[in-house]
Amino acid sequence: MKKPNNLRDWLSQWDAGAFNFTDMSFRLPRAQKPEAYTDRAWERELLPEIEQKELRAYQRLYPVLAALLCTVIIVFLLLTVAALPAFGSDSVPTINEVTRRYLEHGLSETGAVNAVAGMILDYRAFDTLGESHVLFTAVAAVLVLLLSAKERPEPRALADITRADPILRATARVIVPAAILYGIYVIFNGHLGPGGGFSGGAVIGGALILYAIAFGFEKLEKVLNLRIYRIVVACALCFYSAAKCYSFYCGANHLETIFRTGTPGAIFSAGLILPLNIAVGIVVACTMYGFYSLFQRGRI
Amino acid sequence: MNFSVNFPLFSVVLCLMSAVISCVLPGRAARRLSLVLSLAVSITSGMLFAHILRTDQAVTYLMGHYPHPWGNELRISLLEPLFAMAFSAVLFLCLLGGRKHLAEDLEPAKSNLYYVMADLVLSALLVLVYTNDIFTGYVFIEICTLSSCGLLMIRQWGRTTLASVRYLIFSLLGSGLFLLGVVLLYNVTGHLLMPDLRLSVSELWANGRYTLPITAAICLITVGIAVKSGLFPFHFWMPDTYGYATPSSSGILSGLISKGYIFFLIKIIFDVFGTNVFYESGVHNVLFAFGAMGIVVGSVSAMRENDIFRMIAYSSAAQIGYIYLGIGISPEAGILAALFHILTHAVTKPPLFLAAARLCDVAGGKKRFADLQGAAWSNHLAGAAFTAGAFSMIGLPLTMGFISKYLFALSAFRANIKMVPTLIILALSTVLNTLYFARTVLRIYGHPSGTPAGVMPVRKQRSYAAAAILFAVFNFAAGVAASPLIDILERGLAMF
Repeated sequence: MKKPNNLRDWLSQWDAGAFNFTDMSFRLPRAQKPEAYTDRAWERELLPEIEQKELRAYQRLYPVLAALLCTVIIVFLLLTVAALPAFGSDSVPTINEVTRRYLEHGLSETGAVNAVAGMILDYRAFDTLGESHVLFTAVAAVLVLLLSAKERPEPRALADITRADPILRATARVIVPAAILYGIYVIFNGHLGPGGGFSGGAVIGGALILYAIAFGFEKLEKVLNLRIYRIVVACALCFYSAAKCYSFYCGANHLETIFRTGTPGAIFSAGLILPLNIAVGIVVACTMYGFYSLFQRGRI
Repeated sequence: MNFSVNFPLFSVVLCLMSAVISCVLPGRAARRLSLVLSLAVSITSGMLFAHILRTDQAVTYLMGHYPHPWGNELRISLLEPLFAMAFSAVLFLCLLGGRKHLAEDLEPAKSNLYYVMADLVLSALLVLVYTNDIFTGYVFIEICTLSSCGLLMIRQWGRTTLASVRYLIFSLLGSGLFLLGVVLLYNVTGHLLMPDLRLSVSELWANGRYTLPITAAICLITVGIAVKSGLFPFHFWMPDTYGYATPSSSGILSGLISKGYIFFLIKIIFDVFGTNVFYESGVHNVLFAFGAMGIVVGSVSAMRENDIFRMIAYSSAAQIGYIYLGIGISPEAGILAALFHILTHAVTKPPLFLAAARLCDVAGGKKRFADLQGAAWSNHLAGAAFTAGAFSMIGLPLTMGFISKYLFALSAFRANIKMVPTLIILALSTVLNTLYFARTVLRIYGHPSGTPAGVMPVRKQRSYAAAAILFAVFNFAAGVAASPLIDILERGLAMF
């Protein structure tokens, strides 16, 4: 008669839900004892005698080889870093015509007072287009992993503790609106000062997470559920792609765009940078909240 | 400027937008969108290819209003549209041919997400092929990594999840090394656009300044991409990844994604380091050695494997070894052979996975060789497709596999000291390939052990039939009439 083998059972299961990604542990059927589930136990059950010996030899050899390899790589990289140009000196290769143009002509060419915004959303806008789709890809991959047709039980413990906490709720009541307002401010001033879509979106996302912790997901779900989330993100990203496609097309074919740089310093200036910042901000805020919600309870 | 040079930009943006839109579409609509998209990208790339072939001039396409070294750019020479066309056509055929298994393996609620991932993979491949900016390349490598993990783990089976965790770790290690290399390069040159990088790297190298950081950057970038594409010591993620994914994903991962990375590496060798610097640094000798070891180890592991999918996956490890062997031999003939082998493998490996899945279906879902006895008699089409693919992998004449082995041998004759080892490795691996593929073909055409299942008619598997036949036609057409293709690759390398 075969002994029960949890790892093997899990491996051949057609449901990855048996693995709990929130705390990286196996969710085992109740009948089986979780304490039998140690490394040694599965080795004995899964592997024949010879492979066990090989595995033990490998486990002894592995740390030695790994340490050796790491030392070699560390020494090599340290030598490389020592050979790099000195940090902060005024003759480093990175101070060249590229950065000079970004800083000296950035204002007149892009209309953005904040040179960083002009750089990432105008000079090197294609990178940023890719970068915002990296966020989208990450959320879609997490959806692939965690979205489950089966209803998963809500993790009660955290919700019960936090919802009963008057201090948290009172603080959240003050902080959440302020944080959202601040996030909007950071997004809208991205072309005028430090800030922009990525940082402002992160602030708003943080505020949404705080709200969910303090008041529960139910209330938030009325405004932000999976359907609304998908539509909002799709609209923001499509707008981003379409707008940038138009501007790349004009640039490559040497056409004038309809977007003007405007008066530097005014809120409606710098052409496409403000609307793009808003689109990026929406995507980032939704991504942050989406990750929290997916990992917390398996859905948005 | 001809209008067709705008096609790469439109293709990339359309891929990104369809990915985002597919997220809100139902599964069936998302599938159609993906199919139409990949076909359209393939056709437009073909038109662009024809245009470049006619004018014989490489084009630099500004992404915005600023030329290099300030703004992002795409570069379109002869090779880029050719590979974009091939990659998108293979993606189209993979999605078409694996349709039945996709319907079985995907949860209905999540089936649209599969096509989101496929669109994102296509966009990333296009940018890796076209980009003229090393950092843009890195950003889209990230998209490629994440979306290929999505393609893999959407089949919610314990082993697939485990395989995707391992794949993700290796893939992120590769991306990290690549990024470190880019940072080092930026530190010593101050540029990210390829033409400026190349100028400044060759100048620094000639003056003997910053030799160590440049060597380190070459090592890190090469090793990073080698890890991601599964060169020999890093190929251990391959059997699980390709073996347990849904067949379309196995085809896309083995035929396209690792090849996209390698094409990008070749582009970096030519446009960032320049062939002189790269081949003086000595890194190509390491690639040669590991490529040769990868061929042998991959083939031997494939022989020992008892699961048909894992066998094909180990064979992929050997084919990756070939490509790196070619890069290691020489920048002219060697890389020509490597490029041809990229195309060969992209056209040969996906139909093998698709056919193996069909044969396993006939055998009641079992993947062991003993259960596949006589499976080809129950599904003639899959048997024939598998045999055609196996012939190409072995390198029989009339197939693309033969031409790429011929090109490798040819490049070996022009390389002084590497000639003998290359020829020995080629001969050895051909014998090993023959052993394990011939064994499989004999097995599937053997006498059925139990009661034979009913014959699967072609009209019940139309989309698979179309994909399998097209793959085989490409394979034999390019194998019979190889000289125009080799000619184009040669011209493309000169124009790169």
